[in-house]
Amino acid sequence: MSTDLPPFEHLDPIALANARARGKRPYFFRDADVERVLSITMALAMEHAVTRQRLDALERLLEARGVMSRSELDAFAPDAAAEAERGRWMQEYIARVLRIVQQDSEAKRHAADGSDASMESVSDELRNS
Amino acid sequence: MPNAPAPPSWRHVGRHAVFPESGADDTARFDFLANLNAFLSQQLLPRVRDAYEQRVKPEFERTRGQPPQSRHDVRKAMASEPVYQTWSALRRSSMEMRQQAGRALVFRQLPALVQRAAALNAGSPMLQLDPAVEVPRYASAVDIHCMPGGYHTEYVDDDVAAAANYDCGIFATTGGMLGRYNDGGGQAIAKWLGEAHPQWQPRRILDIGCSLGHNTLPVAAAFPQAEVVAVDVSAPMLRYGHARAQSLGVSNVLFRQARGEALGYPDDHFDLIVTSMFWHETSATAMPRMLAEIHRMLSAGGLTLHLEQPQYTGMDPYEQFIRDWDTWNNNEPFWGVMHEYDLKAMMAAAGFDPASYFEAKLRGIVDESIFPSAGEKGEDYGRAALWTAFGAWK
Repeated sequence: MSTDLPPFEHLDPIALANARARGKRPYFFRDADVERVLSITMALAMEHAVTRQRLDALERLLEARGVMSRSELDAFAPDAAAEAERGRWMQEYIARVLRIVQQDSEAKRHAADGSDASMESVSDELRNS
Repeated sequence: MPNAPAPPSWRHVGRHAVFPESGADDTARFDFLANLNAFLSQQLLPRVRDAYEQRVKPEFERTRGQPPQSRHDVRKAMASEPVYQTWSALRRSSMEMRQQAGRALVFRQLPALVQRAAALNAGSPMLQLDPAVEVPRYASAVDIHCMPGGYHTEYVDDDVAAAANYDCGIFATTGGMLGRYNDGGGQAIAKWLGEAHPQWQPRRILDIGCSLGHNTLPVAAAFPQAEVVAVDVSAPMLRYGHARAQSLGVSNVLFRQARGEALGYPDDHFDLIVTSMFWHETSATAMPRMLAEIHRMLSAGGLTLHLEQPQYTGMDPYEQFIRDWDTWNNNEPFWGVMHEYDLKAMMAAAGFDPASYFEAKLRGIVDESIFPSAGEKGEDYGRAALWTAFGAWK
């Protein structure tokens, strides 16, 4: 029976997966923005869990095929060079994730030394000079 | 308090010919969600009650001179309690994540699902759709329990997306407690009838608001000689439900698109009329109208039985408030209204003898394939669910 529904090619599975349910959404935190960040964080928590489960399956399959054992993995002892590389990776990873924290403390210094001008003030300045 | 065992992995969900094909990541996603729900319910919800008893209720009494009188008092007082806010925010977020996970699984393979359902449905007299059936306001005003598009929205011709999404997610949101095929409600009805009324053989059975028929099939299978009619307003649910039933080998169910208020069957036509988790998604005019129709269509000596969450009467304000969460926060706008009704009076108004009205607790069965009994150890990880039911004999 024919309807006005689009053929499959016009469907966007990603957008459809993300669609919201109609009906005013409650926000529970004093600050809805914080709750939005929580929603994103929980989605990331879920994807991380998915990655870990997949990794776990990979390890078990490799072990079953005799490629490696999981106890070898847990006892993995990098040599000094590898350990240093892994340490640097960890430092960079943490800094990258906490970028905003570093930038917030730099902002306090820049505000204190007067070098953190607002766009509005500089825009006014440049309009007139 | 030590954690209870993790819910069974979604890998064990019962499959059939129209169930979506899935991979390791889908399993992991639903396992995360099942465990998140368990955490919220077992670890965090008790802290919400603690916060009420230790902070919110005493403060209310201090400022108002009396304890909270109603669930509305509790709800307003709890709105700014941080533990409740966190629990609520996580619970709502988890439902949205569940919908996204299910819809992503379904929409990436929708053409194949539609095709498989169509093949199982082609030419079958046991699927009767009617595009003239209007989806009632109570099913369309909001998207019920946060399912985007509700039960009825169709995205393509012969669509089954809403049903496939519903089917793949319940196992995670219920921690597998309804069994691999999510049919715990129907299993409980069949078990209760078999134990309480073992000689009784209904000839014609009606299930109103069947959605994808998961609770219809155990009842139909318990009475293989019976003619079973399962009605719903949603075409995608019925297409999927019929195909699923064919695939699972239950062939005595007619899936029909119709509104419960106007089914058109003659008087005294059905021996058994059931609903499962249905009334809280209707309305103040639809429910009495449908109950009156049920009375009319039920044969003399027939039974009508309804699985629902228990009514609020007799519960303390805090318990009512927690049970009422879904009304305000899970797109279940009629839930709170329905759970305040005097069901005995409503059944009497529909024509049933008040003396024949009863309420019962139906014990579910434990699906041992996912909750193996621990045998001699004596621990029962597969605690059977208890279903509340109300009904009447005519």
